[in-house]
Amino acid sequence: MNSIETKDVHLYYGDFHALKGISMAMKKNQVTAFIGPSGCGKSTYLRCFNRMNDLIDGVRIEGEILIDEVDINNKNILVDDLRKHVGMVFQKPNPFPKSIFENVAYGLRVNGTKDKTLIEERVEKSLRQAALWEEVKDKLKKSAFELSGGQQQRLCIARALAIEPSVLLMDEPASALDPISTAKIEELIYELKENYTIVIVTHNMQQAGRVSDSTAFFYLGELVEYAKTKTLFTSPKDQRTQNYITGRFG
Amino acid sequence: MKRYFHNFGERVIEGVLTISGTVTSLTVLLIVFFLFKEGLGIFNQSPVAEGSAIVVNNQNPVKELSAKELKEIFDQNITNWKQVGGQDAPIKLFRIDDITDYYTEEQIGKDFEYLPQRLSEVVAKEPTIVAFFPEQYLAKDFQGHRINLENISVSEFLGGTEWYPTIQPAVQMGVLPLILGTLWVSLGAILIALPLGLATSIYLAEIADKRVRNLLKPVIELLAGIPSVVYGFFGLVVIVPLIQDLFGLPVGETALAGSIILGIMALPTIISVSEDAMRTTPRAMKEASLALGATKWQTIYKVVVPYSMSGISTAAILGIGRAIGETMAVLMVTGNASVIPHTFLAPVRTIPATIAAELGEAPQGGMHYQALFALGCILFLMTLIINLSVDFVSAKRKANR
Amino acid sequence: MSFSQNQSINNSKRLAQSVAFTIFKLLSFLVVAILIVILGFILVNGASVISWEFLTEMPKEGMTAGGIFPAIVGTLCLVAGSMLFAFPIGVLSGIYINEYSKDGWFKRFIKLMTNNLAGIPSIVFGLFGMALFVNRFGFGDSILAGSLTLGLLALPVVIRTTEESLKAIDKSFRIGSLALGATKWQTTSRVVLPMAFPNIITGLILSVGRVSGETAPILFTVAAYFLPKLPTSIFDQVMALPYHLYVISTSGTNIEASRSMAYGTAFILILIVLIVNLLANWLRRYFSKKVKMQ
Repeated sequence: MNSIETKDVHLYYGDFHALKGISMAMKKNQVTAFIGPSGCGKSTYLRCFNRMNDLIDGVRIEGEILIDEVDINNKNILVDDLRKHVGMVFQKPNPFPKSIFENVAYGLRVNGTKDKTLIEERVEKSLRQAALWEEVKDKLKKSAFELSGGQQQRLCIARALAIEPSVLLMDEPASALDPISTAKIEELIYELKENYTIVIVTHNMQQAGRVSDSTAFFYLGELVEYAKTKTLFTSPKDQRTQNYITGRFG
Repeated sequence: MKRYFHNFGERVIEGVLTISGTVTSLTVLLIVFFLFKEGLGIFNQSPVAEGSAIVVNNQNPVKELSAKELKEIFDQNITNWKQVGGQDAPIKLFRIDDITDYYTEEQIGKDFEYLPQRLSEVVAKEPTIVAFFPEQYLAKDFQGHRINLENISVSEFLGGTEWYPTIQPAVQMGVLPLILGTLWVSLGAILIALPLGLATSIYLAEIADKRVRNLLKPVIELLAGIPSVVYGFFGLVVIVPLIQDLFGLPVGETALAGSIILGIMALPTIISVSEDAMRTTPRAMKEASLALGATKWQTIYKVVVPYSMSGISTAAILGIGRAIGETMAVLMVTGNASVIPHTFLAPVRTIPATIAAELGEAPQGGMHYQALFALGCILFLMTLIINLSVDFVSAKRKANR
Repeated sequence: MSFSQNQSINNSKRLAQSVAFTIFKLLSFLVVAILIVILGFILVNGASVISWEFLTEMPKEGMTAGGIFPAIVGTLCLVAGSMLFAFPIGVLSGIYINEYSKDGWFKRFIKLMTNNLAGIPSIVFGLFGMALFVNRFGFGDSILAGSLTLGLLALPVVIRTTEESLKAIDKSFRIGSLALGATKWQTTSRVVLPMAFPNIITGLILSVGRVSGETAPILFTVAAYFLPKLPTSIFDQVMALPYHLYVISTSGTNIEASRSMAYGTAFILILIVLIVNLLANWLRRYFSKKVKMQ
């Protein structure tokens, strides 16, 4: 079953044609990786799924994006509803200047949850899912800034999980982290796909190879090739993909 | 050789630059020096009106009075010597004009030539008298003794509730009403300016689209450039009559008028400082909040405002600072009555307005002159505290990042 | 068609947002409306007073008629005098702070003092100017004393703009110049200053606006209540626009009769601020275009 499906998506920044007719479908409970050189549009495309591009002036989107069979650009869809349904983890860990507990509880609170025990349960569950619980359970009231970079990023994952989205978008989630923290995040992604559809943008082809089921290669705003990860890395069909994965540019 | 001159030239330039760099520091130090030098002189001067004498009968054990006591005596609030440490006897007041009750014009003399002698006789005759007259009429062999007025003390100066710097027989220099008046008007101003300013800065920083912002921003900057005397004039011809009509007051020159005008004047500072602070909220943090399904408004009050709190407090402190130091506008609209404020609908007098209104009439070096410099010291210290706390807040903000 | 499970929560948080945004929008427009009312009130009432006579004649009949010529001239003298003092020292001082001084207690002290000077109320400058320039130096109430007092007031503004303009210039330009064997001063004067010049000049113009409207510092250092002649030396007293407005609106011989003169004077003061702001904006734009073209 398809979790995300896009049909002929075009995106313009003013006059700049940033995404050129992208059609693809991402399966439920799978990890899909987007790879490609900087500026190829992979992050921009990812940000279409929770309409983060709305925040930028002068952005225009054409085409259809369906998430769980709902057209997310439909006028009746409220963007905060969508974002509750589609969680996101960013390139750099960006915890709020609040306590660890409040960071995870934030999404619940802004969505109107008042029940204290429910919030506590959900915070613990999310932190466990993000493999952070054991490390922070004794200092939930401490500021999130006291955590290491890798822990902060897992906190941000927990924060996204707390509102129980069905899709999790990850925009180069390990690019600012050391190798050990990166390994932990990758392990986590593997575990999370049981319950979530995950789309991850990455610079790192080894990473894509390790964590994803399918991989899409973007180049200059186009979707060049989209296939099972193994297939794409071992026998790419397009010359450009071939060049990229063998390191001839990028 | 050429190289040597080259280096020498560089040295000279560096020297000139260094000297220029120290000018502001020097100015601050000079300001402190002159303010305090003139201002502290007040504590070494007798508050008795210059060129006047206060005398009592020789039998009277009272030798010293405070300025406050003397005023109370002449206002007939103190009527018995017992109250000021003397014997139990009613006080008899004597001013120079009262001499005609005792002597005829002939006895005083056409050119007052016998006046000193007659004054001496009166004081000798009346055991309970206190007499106040110009020093020039004090006879050489005067029968009676002069009362020394205690120098004004720091606590009397700061805690005194009456400001009558030119009154006779003894000037009253309590600055408490002026200090409280300044704070009162500034408090009112910040109560008006802070909500308006914050709302506007949130609107400009987070809500308004670019076109509206580009339109409003220069207009608000313009607000900062208008001279305070123009604000004062506007207040005088528009706000003051409005308040008078609206509240049915005898006069419209009130603390409220001052607060409104000061509030308007503080707006640009508050808006631009807090808007700048909000703009420094990292985009990543706002995106994180929005990505969790928060609305824009939830993101503003749960993320943006807390994040820029120190900037917002800086804005508020600067706004208060501007209000405390403002002179002309306040002078023109607050009515300048030196009473301890208890309502916004009565006239009030601030420190800057007092200095501006009275320095022109105060003889250089006199007690009044020094008192106004002492007020300048107080004002300086108030703004120093404000500046330092702004530095403190922003240093803390930097450390937190 | 929706992802949402709980419609009432969604509705309430959206209602909160639209209520909050409406309030903020209204308050913001109120702020702007206040400004427009103030400007409009004075410009409308003042415009009818402005005439050639008003600008070029002496005040007459107890300042209820005639013009404000001596006040205009006085303010021009004070602005010129104070800038002559504040501009060179301020720019040099800004250069010192940003280019020459090394990080440490001395630099921090100077910056702290500059900040403090900027925060000192203008009436305290008036007190100081009176104590130092008028009395101690014996300049008396004079253009010299008033200009120096106003100059000190403008100094922190000039320093700060210079500092910020210099800070905005990328380090690479300096390194590039130094690498070619230029001395520090050559680098500063030939590379950094020309690039920072547009912003510095803009700051200078804005401080002219500030100085021209200040009243409290000149009350006891130069301003004359009524002096229907032009100054002949820097030791003369002058009338000045802001003080003149204060006088005729609060303590003139006949306040009601001089009201129109007051509107006219306020008009001129606002006009100065408007011109200064427009000029500054225009210069900023002009120079930034020029830089781009190069």
